[in-house]
Parts: sequence; structure tokens; C-alpha cells
Amino acid sequence: MNIALVFTVLILVAISLWQITKIFELSQSKNENNQVANDNDNNLNGKLMFAFLLFIYGITIYSFWSYGDVFLPEAASEHGADYDQLMWISFAIILIVQTITQALLHYFAYKYRGKKGNKALFYADNDKLEMIWTVIPVIVLAGLILYGLYTWTDIMNVEENDEALVVELYAQQFNWKARYAGEDGVLGDANVRFLQDFDGRNLVGIDATDPNGFDDVVVQELHLPVGREVIFKMRSQDVLHSAYMPHFRAQMNCVPGMITEFAFTPTLTTEEMRQNPDMLAKVKKINKIRSENSKELVAKGEEALEPYEFDYMLLCNKICGASHYNMQMKIIVESKEDFEKWMEQQQTFAEVIQ
Amino acid sequence: MSTVEAHSGEDHGHHHKETFVTKYIFSQDHKMISKQYLITGLFMGIIGIAMSLLFRLQLAWPEQSFGVFEVLLGKWAPNGVMDPNVYLALVTIHGTIMVFFVLTAGLSGTFSNLLIPLQIGARDMASGLLNMISYWLFFLSSVIMVLSLFVEAGPAAAGWTIYPPLSALPQAQPGSGLGMTLWLVSMAIFIASSLLGSLNYIVTVINLRTKGMSMTRLPLTIWAFFITAVIGVVSFPVLLSAALLLIMDRSFGTSFFLSDIFIQGEVLHYQGGSPVLYEHLFWFLGHPEVYIVLLPALGITSEIIATNARKPIFGYRAMVASILAIAFLSTIVWGHHMFVSGMNPFLGSVFTFTTLLIAIPSAVKAFNYITTLWKGNLQLNPAMLFSIGLVSTFITGGLTGIILGDSTLDINVHDTYFVVAHFHLVMGISALYGLFAGVYHWFPKMFGRMLNKNLGYIHFWITAVSAYGVFFPMHFIGMAGLPRRYYTNTAFPYFDDLADINVLITLFALLAGAAQIVFLYNFIHSMFYGKPTEQNPWKSNTLEWTAPIKHIHGNWEGEIPHVHRWAYDYSKPGHEDDYVPQHIPLKKGEQELQH
Repeated sequence: MNIALVFTVLILVAISLWQITKIFELSQSKNENNQVANDNDNNLNGKLMFAFLLFIYGITIYSFWSYGDVFLPEAASEHGADYDQLMWISFAIILIVQTITQALLHYFAYKYRGKKGNKALFYADNDKLEMIWTVIPVIVLAGLILYGLYTWTDIMNVEENDEALVVELYAQQFNWKARYAGEDGVLGDANVRFLQDFDGRNLVGIDATDPNGFDDVVVQELHLPVGREVIFKMRSQDVLHSAYMPHFRAQMNCVPGMITEFAFTPTLTTEEMRQNPDMLAKVKKINKIRSENSKELVAKGEEALEPYEFDYMLLCNKICGASHYNMQMKIIVESKEDFEKWMEQQQTFAEVIQ
Repeated sequence: MSTVEAHSGEDHGHHHKETFVTKYIFSQDHKMISKQYLITGLFMGIIGIAMSLLFRLQLAWPEQSFGVFEVLLGKWAPNGVMDPNVYLALVTIHGTIMVFFVLTAGLSGTFSNLLIPLQIGARDMASGLLNMISYWLFFLSSVIMVLSLFVEAGPAAAGWTIYPPLSALPQAQPGSGLGMTLWLVSMAIFIASSLLGSLNYIVTVINLRTKGMSMTRLPLTIWAFFITAVIGVVSFPVLLSAALLLIMDRSFGTSFFLSDIFIQGEVLHYQGGSPVLYEHLFWFLGHPEVYIVLLPALGITSEIIATNARKPIFGYRAMVASILAIAFLSTIVWGHHMFVSGMNPFLGSVFTFTTLLIAIPSAVKAFNYITTLWKGNLQLNPAMLFSIGLVSTFITGGLTGIILGDSTLDINVHDTYFVVAHFHLVMGISALYGLFAGVYHWFPKMFGRMLNKNLGYIHFWITAVSAYGVFFPMHFIGMAGLPRRYYTNTAFPYFDDLADINVLITLFALLAGAAQIVFLYNFIHSMFYGKPTEQNPWKSNTLEWTAPIKHIHGNWEGEIPHVHRWAYDYSKPGHEDDYVPQHIPLKKGEQELQH
């Protein structure tokens, strides 16, 4: 089917090329063989410039209309709301500038399309005008910079405190692990040198001589209690990875040989996010696509796709090798009680190495 | 022949019998070298663009079998299905080739070589020999880069930024073996080539300007090439040092970038290095590189827009000032590629500040272009269309830079398709448009023949529509949180609703690819059968159009023309024609514009 599609496109392209050549040829007078634009060329291309402006507006409106629902999905962290506000303000400014400048550029290209006998205006300088369009960006950008830096400091200022939950995110080709600090709230020392201890049961290389490590809990599915600050400590054992959690507006690289940090407070449990009307619509749409794809697969004798249910996710967002595209971990945000219940069922490091 | 002779002698160029080898292969003539750069660049461009079409097919119809994969990728596409490692290799080499080989060497190499001597009124580059060596080093590096595609384990596949440890450890991915070694060797040679070229450009512009060609009368093209060369000389050596240190880590067991690594069941000996150091070194070039690519395109655009609008470029002084400002700022913003790399957040604040400052000179440039069009008499030649197109994509792509340059906003869009959309529009497409504009405009100067304008119009309009068709929707999948460099998005059902956008993007990409065939046909056909050009087909003011159509060594018969005015006396009141070339003396009582 794909090949048919590609061929159809190629044929359509060929036809449109042929047609466009004809239009251009017709627009030129017969006995002229000059490769410099003449009045007809200027006229046609000037009008096309105006049409192109409409095309740019059209594709902008179309994109927002049909893909607006995937654009910046609802945030599920405390700083996410600030992030989104800054994003929308920046975006509004960008859209306004884009609309005006593209209009001027293409409209002038259309309006002042050349004509034999016309003479352009000799207009080389205007200090006042140039001052205006230097100062306006300065003011707008100064505002954006100050607002941005204020938010940035707010987000990145990670302070250790007793209330916060400390979680280590541990990256390797091509999976994630999470380590909780346990009851003492302190992560035990760790290094890749210890990975081979205990017949490979020491999954993240905890130093068995550090007593702080014994109550640590290593898991392959990240559970977070809602409404409590989580301080992430990122590590990687092999190459660069990046812990990307788009719903929480959170990302930090995992760098072998050093520990990086990021912190946020989840505000919506997984269940609450699933009930969000936008999310319901999205999941419905995805499942419609999946069931259609499944029909094709079944027809080919393959297994059908499972229906999709929303979960928060942690993705790897720094190229890390062949299976980079599939390096993920499920994140579950739940109530404090559920989280504690889940935590009790996990084995501590001491239990694992016994 | 030596340049000294070329400058002192009156009967330049005639007293050496040129053989085929000295004229076409080991030529020291800047015009021939510029053609060599252009043709090598276009050849590399074909490879780079073809690669992008291959991985676009994979992204639109993931893990499906394509006959074209079987033919082109052979064992790396078993049963016609692309292997994930090959996907990464294609992305990596596409980026490398397009950024360095096409848009640095192909664009700046071609037009700096062609135009610097011709527009400043010089017989040739300051050193013809270094110029020749520069080209042949570039050729050698291209050959090595292409050869790396054929090694057993495949070419480099760590992304064009080749961050270690992924690029340092053959255990981490197959492309990090011999393929990466060749990549590094190729780039080291490329950097040597670029440095020799840049030094030559700088020396030539400073020393060899003809009488009357003061710096304030230089065409903006030359200003752009000159400053680009300065940025190159400042920043390329730092990439060379990064490459050398990486070679040391890879082959001699040092630990500049590596520490505490456990891979494939083994603890490696590296201690104390940091990949973040590599990121600093890489982006110290990597960001200025954006301007090394973009400034020549903007310079070309300035010249073409003024000529075809039949108007002086608006705000010459401000244009020069913004080139200088962009050049200066470009060297102190590299950290905006590293907001989430783990570096101190305070540094993030500093780099946000410097980065957003770049928007100011960029805005000045965009507004000045628009004002140049105002009340002009626009001759919409293909070169002019590409120049206007450049301003359009430069604005669209540049504006999203305000989001990415803001450390806060970068957190969630870093390394997503939003970034891909941004830099392709602002530097990829814009610089390509600059390259095309330059080729359409100076083809008569290079080959003595005109390109067919109708094919040029078709080329432009299809390319313009499909460029927006490819990269505009990409912003949206980026904002949805889709990371770049994913072999397929099917591992995340959450992204299933983005599949149809990816199909749309690929269709536009194929369309754009088809349009480039029109250009290639036009290029090759016109080289041999195009309409012979007139002396000054675009009625332009700059000096290159006073040189004879048929290339001669030393550029001008007899004396080099003297310059009496700036390059932008278009439609000047008091003159009959709507252009007054730079070598025409001021009329009695005529005032020269003061800048």
C-alpha cells in the first residue's frame, strides 16, 4: 500500500510540475528568450508571493485547528502551571510578530512587484525608524528574560529538606531503574564498581559498606505520592541519557560519573489525569487509530494491538544507542496511602542481597 | 603562478601555459576553486538530502519494508526493513554532511572564493596555494566521510554532535568503531581546510581591496564572508581540540570525557573525565557554526535583495553593526544547548540572557530587509524569490528561538521535534535558500551562461511550500513531547495520534526532494546549453560584473577598476539608469552617501 502511495505522490508531483511549467511558459511572450525576469514574471510571482502569505496563515491555522489538542498537554506538576503560562505568553508574542512581519514581507513583495518604467525610491537610511525597531525588541526581550529567569531560578533551586522524597533515577542502555532512599531518607553511596557484587543482584551498584544503603529500595516502575516534592538524583552507568517527563515539564540529563538533580511536585494522580476531559478525548482517538491498525494486522495474521490506557511516562531523550526509542519507564502518581502501601511490598537492598 | 606576480604584472595570466591539470584540477585560481567547492558541495548535498528522505520514509511508515531500503542499505535493511542502528547513522551523517560539507564548505567556500576577489577588486586570493590546499583538504575530508559509509559496522551513529561516551565506546553502538574513527579524521581534515580558507579570506579582504574600496564601501556580502571567516578562525580550533581529545580517549586510554562506566558486563578503567566538558568544547564551535552557515547566506541575500529591488539596502550601517553584534554574541551563547546537561543552573541564567540578546540584531536585519522591499521596483528573478524566502524562514525559525533560548522553556522542549523544526527553518532552510539564491544570481559569473528562469520558479515555489509543509507541523509534535532521534514512535502508544502528522511531513519531504531534481537538471543542462549571459545581466553595481565573462587569470584585463562609491547606488536621483556601478566616478556636485 505504501509503495502505491509513494507512486501516486510521485505521479501527482510530475503532473503538477508539468502544469506549472505550462503556466510559466504561457505567462511569457512568445518571441522572448531572455532568462531575466520581465513584467509578466514579476506580475505572476508577485501574486504568488501574496498567495504564499495566505498559505503561511493557512498552514498556521490548520495546524492549530487539527493538532492543537496535542500541543502542550495539561501539566501535572506544581511548577508546570508557571511553565505553561510563560510558554503561552512567549507564544502569543511570537505569533503576533510572525503574523505582522510575514504580512509586510510578502505584501511588499506583491505590492512593489517590478514594472518596466517604474523607479524605486532611493531610501537608504532612517535612524529614527531603526531606533524604533531596535528598542521595541529590547523592551520585549528584557521582559521575557526577566520573567524567564525568575521562573528558572524557582524551578532549578533544589533544596534538600525533610519533607521531600528523594529518588534516584538510574539509566542504562536501554532501561530505567529508580531507587528510593528508604526510612532513613538517605541514599546509600553507589558506584558502577559494585554492580557485579552479589551475582548481579546489586542492580544500581550500591556500596554494601555504607549502612545508609541497606534500606534503599530499587524498582523498575516509578511510584510517586501526589502533592509531595520529589527530589530526583540522576545517574547513568554507561552513556548519556536524559530523563524526560513531559507531563511534569521536567527533564535532566543523566551523566556517567556525576549526579544531576531535578525536583518537582506532582499535582495530579494518574487516575485524575485519566479522567481529564482532554485526556479522555485523546485516549479515545488513540484507541480508534489502534483498533483500525489492529484490523490490518489481524488480516495479515498478526496479533492485534492492545487498547491503550493513559500512564505518565519517563522517556530517554538523549541519543543512547539502538534501542534509544524504546527506553522508558512507567510513572504512577497515587495518593500518599497507596504509595506507602506499595512501598511496603518492595524489597530493601538488605533483603535483596541476603 | 604566484600572486605577487599577479599583482605586479600588467600582462597577468598569459605568460604561463596552463595544462589540464593546473587549470581544472590543481588550480590556484579562485574562480575555479569556487566551482570545485560548489560541485563538491552539491554532490555531498545530494547524499545528505537522499539520506533524509530515507529516514523520513521510516518515520512515516515505521518498520515497513521498502524496496529502496534493500537496494541502498543492503544488509542493513534485512527484508527491506531499516535497522535502528542504521536509522541513527543516517540521522548522524545527514546532519554532519548538511551542516559542514554543504552549508559551510559548499556555501561559504563557493561564494567567499568567487566573490571576495571579484567584489573587492583583487587579482586573486592572497595565497592561491593555500586556497588550493584548502579545497583539496576539503575534498579529502569529503572522500573519507563518504568512505565511512561503507565500513563493516556502519558509519558514525551518535548524532552529529557525537557526544561521548556513546561516540567513544565501540561497545555502546556499532557505529562507534571504525566509522567514528573515520568521522573524526574526516572532521579534523575538514577543520584544517576551513582554517586555511578562512585565514585566506581575512587576509585578502584586509589587504587586497582595490583603490577606493574602503571598508564602508564594501558590499554586505563581503562583510558577511569576512566576519564569518573571523568566527571560523576563533571557534573551529576548539572543535579540533575536542576531536583530538576524543581520539585520545578512544584510542589511547585517556579519560578526558569518560568516568565510572560499566558496559556489557565490564567496568571500564576511565576515571575523572566528564562528558559535559566535551559538550562545552563542542558547542563552543557548534553554536557559532550556526552563524558560520547563516551569515554568508544573509550576506548573499543583502546583495540580491538590493540589486533586485533596485533600491539601496536599507540601513547599511545597521546591517554591518548587526553582523558584528551577531558574531560577537555567537561566541558567548553556546551554553543554551546545555540547559539540562547538568551544568550549574546559574550558568543557564547567563546563557539565557546572552542568547536572547541575539534576537535584537536579528530583528534589525529582518526589518531592514523588509524596508528594502518597500517602494522598490522588485525584479522577481529566482534568486530574488529565494532571498525573500530566506527572510521568511529566517523570521519563522528565528522566532521559536525565543522559546528555546529561554532556559525555563527549554526544559520541556529540549531535544524534541520542536528543536528540529526550529533549527531546520532558521539555519537549514534559510542557508539552503541563500545557497540557491547565490547560485541563481552568480551562475552567469561562474559559467558564463544563464540558468533557466522557469525551472527556477518551479524549483522555488515547490521548495517553499514543502519546506513549510515539512517543518511547520513539526513544531506541534515537538510540543506534544515527542523526542527527536527516535527510530520509531510506536514504542509509545501515547504518540499514536501523531502518526498521521509524520506521514504528512514525509509526503512534503518527498515533494521537496523532487523539486531539487528540477534544480539539478537546470544546473547541469545550463552549464553546457544555457543561454550565454550578457556582461551584467542583473544590472548590478558590484565589481564582479565588470570582469570579463570569459574567466581570465587575474580577473581583469589591464588595470583593476577603482571604486568611487558604495555598492548600493540603485535608483539614485540624478542618474538616468536605475543603477550606478561602483567604479563610476561621482558626477560633478554629486554627494556620496555618508555611512
